[in-house]
Amino acid sequence: MTKNGFLKEGNSIKVTLPEGHISEKWDNHKFSMKVVNPANKRKYTVIVVGTGLAGASAAASLAELGYNVKNFCIQDSPRRAHSIGAQGGINAAKNYQNDGDSIWRLFYDTVKGGDFRAREANVYRLAQTSVNIIDHCVAQGIPFAREYGGLLDNRSFGGALVSRTFYARGQTGQQLLLGAYSSLMRQVDTGKVELLPRREMLDLVIHDGIARGIVVRNLINGAIESHSGDAVVLATGGYGNVFYLSTNAINSNATAAWRCFKKGAYFANPCFTQIHPTCIPFSGEYQSKLTLMSESLRNDGRIWVPKKKGENRPSNEIPEEDRDYFLERKYPTFGNLVPRDVGSRNIKEVCDEERGVGDMGRAVYMDFADAIQRLGKDVIEDKYGNLFDLYEKITGEDAYQVPMRIYPAVHYTMGGLWVDYDLMSNVPGLFVLGEANFSDHGANRLGASALMQGLADGYFVIPYTIGNYLAGTKFDKVTADAPEFKDSEQLIRDFTQRLLSIKGKKTVREFHRELGQIVWDKVGMSRNEKGLKEAIEQIRDLREDYWKNVLVTGDAGTLNKYLEFAGRVADYFELAELMAIDALHRNESCGAHFREESQTSEGEALRNDTDYTYVAAWEYTSEGNPSILNKENLEFEYVKPSERVYK
Amino acid sequence: MANMTLNLKIWRQENSSTPGKLVPYTVADINPDMSFLEMLDVLNEQIIKKSEQPVEYDNDCREEICGMCSLVVNGIPHGNQPKTASCMLRMRHFKDGDTVTIEPFRAKAFPVIKDLVVDRGAFDRIMAKGGYISVNAGGAPDANALPIAKELADMAMDSAECIGCGACVAACPNASAALFVGAKISQFTYLPQGQPERKMRTERMVVQMDEEGFGSCSNHAECEAACPKGISILNIAKMRREFARVLFR
Repeated sequence: MTKNGFLKEGNSIKVTLPEGHISEKWDNHKFSMKVVNPANKRKYTVIVVGTGLAGASAAASLAELGYNVKNFCIQDSPRRAHSIGAQGGINAAKNYQNDGDSIWRLFYDTVKGGDFRAREANVYRLAQTSVNIIDHCVAQGIPFAREYGGLLDNRSFGGALVSRTFYARGQTGQQLLLGAYSSLMRQVDTGKVELLPRREMLDLVIHDGIARGIVVRNLINGAIESHSGDAVVLATGGYGNVFYLSTNAINSNATAAWRCFKKGAYFANPCFTQIHPTCIPFSGEYQSKLTLMSESLRNDGRIWVPKKKGENRPSNEIPEEDRDYFLERKYPTFGNLVPRDVGSRNIKEVCDEERGVGDMGRAVYMDFADAIQRLGKDVIEDKYGNLFDLYEKITGEDAYQVPMRIYPAVHYTMGGLWVDYDLMSNVPGLFVLGEANFSDHGANRLGASALMQGLADGYFVIPYTIGNYLAGTKFDKVTADAPEFKDSEQLIRDFTQRLLSIKGKKTVREFHRELGQIVWDKVGMSRNEKGLKEAIEQIRDLREDYWKNVLVTGDAGTLNKYLEFAGRVADYFELAELMAIDALHRNESCGAHFREESQTSEGEALRNDTDYTYVAAWEYTSEGNPSILNKENLEFEYVKPSERVYK
Repeated sequence: MANMTLNLKIWRQENSSTPGKLVPYTVADINPDMSFLEMLDVLNEQIIKKSEQPVEYDNDCREEICGMCSLVVNGIPHGNQPKTASCMLRMRHFKDGDTVTIEPFRAKAFPVIKDLVVDRGAFDRIMAKGGYISVNAGGAPDANALPIAKELADMAMDSAECIGCGACVAACPNASAALFVGAKISQFTYLPQGQPERKMRTERMVVQMDEEGFGSCSNHAECEAACPKGISILNIAKMRREFARVLFR
């Protein structure tokens, strides 16, 4: 059965959740899960792919328990994973500020912020473990911001009415990652973790129906290497770079997750991609990435555009009465702190009305003049100094004197590989953590929640759930020279050779840029049926051209960065098409997914709970054939779906 | 500002066992708002179109936090802009017609892998010897159980900002890693959590640093000048005091 030829209807997925009230489910589950005897843990080997917050914390924690861990990363050192770029902070329901926060409130905010497209039980567990994360991170020696009395400082962060965000200047991700990295390196020293940097995972190996290993390319010498183990933990981040320009690092990519999809793992909600409102605007075709300005800036920066179209006075000559503080005007309760999707869409809207600023007219002002007057320049400098420095380095402008110019950019992907409550995919033995999975943020992620989720998954979920899987599974002895590995290695070599042998006329970067433009224009901040159908056609045509006309030089047996890119871009074409199909089939607006056909008379997003309260878990079939749409129906027992109103 | 044409001299080296050399290239149409790495991207597009092998260089976040980029620009690690990593260096700091020499970070402990890519695994091995507080997930007391003076937390944070790029080593006439190691030792020494392992950490990290083939610090302070995060050489003084405590315990 096909619908428009884009998809096949599949089955409904039943997820087994632990018994009891939502506040007791995780505790009940921890007790009922099987436990691996301490003496037996050293008999198991776990492969962890990725060393960001989720990967490094998982690898360290599993090694602390006694498992043997093989930990892979694409960079030269695990400390460079892109979690390091997160600026603003990490949420935890500590209620240190006595302002009414609680586990329940964090749970509620996250479910509501995700626009009722996340799994309640997972979100509750996330809120519960948030408090343990902060305890652990302080114990690791992470220098969080403190008050003069010596206690931890908090700030409020986009979309939250309480101050529950812990931070370390504007480099919270860096400090948390270095904390996880330090715990990881401690385990490297004990010999429990074998570190394999400069490796790119290119395939998942399944033996007897369960995940038993991976095949990687050694990025230094091009060797294709097989690694076997008893379980595979994927923590390879999101797929924002499908858009070409994003705030992701240059090497962040979707290949590991996509190859798992092609081996049978479901890919859930690929169209849920978050566009962050406050980034430094695009300035020319040469641009290779976009840089985020932490949304913590929205606590003190006021966002505005000129009231009239085509205003050409410099910002400081535009008087108050000619300025439109459009977020404060439209959303008096939340003002500049509206959730990311709402902020982004409104910024796009005023720029579409030709009231945007900057050379390209695709930017709005974020102005600190009032805050500097109220609090003093020193206070602003203390809070955001490094962000102002970063802004000046990139744009050459001093934001203490003139307002910053900002515009939305792709930042985070809520979609990812489908996982159950134990964070295991539908392929037994393949666990997926952090941004690479889909589970906790629904259709929209709240600020300062990505770091929380990565660390919750790695420090406090996987150490329990993997034991349950290992203790309950019977393992054949499988080594890296098993036929499944050899077959996979051969397919990878053929794939690589095919890319090198085309010797066409267009570079990988040119193709990627074109693909990104299609996805940004038609599968970006707002989507409609016509545009999505065009996008699917354009992506297919471009992909066909890619395999005839791409130019990759050099050879396979050496460090060859552009060959790595070429493989990733090949996967982006397929992923981009699935994103468009997912966006097309979901004829509702929810969270970051705004379908123009589904909006209120005031132009706000209109959710359709009757038809779309489910997770779309896509199943790969075969080359050229539509994927199967499996649905996990979501039930909201504790937070009743309501309209997200931020007015 | 108008677009520029630059004459580049770039270090090309096939692998760690073959000798390298500087190779001249010309790039045109360089926009002053471009980053230095975007300029190299433009060059690589040109090279690929001639069916030649592009220049390999390490980079990832391109926002000065991952520490992966590692270029020596006109003889200075990360170029001549203060507190700026290669990825954040902008072309507006160059002039039309400039000759720009680009080389890898050079140190015995950072062997070249290819072109501008070096192996900085030595830093990870030093970290493995003590760049941590031994705490397993699950056992920590409440985060606010132990107040820490704001000044101490801020000083720890100043040290913790190190991005591990290795510019300090590349800038040092002795190729010393004292700033990198000193910053990590200082961070933990300022904090109460770091006290139990204070001596062992210092001793093991310093010994590993020497074993990796880094030179000794002789107070040139080139490291601080090259550091994209402005990590202070006071961290080295701190490390020395800590090491003295180890020797005279």
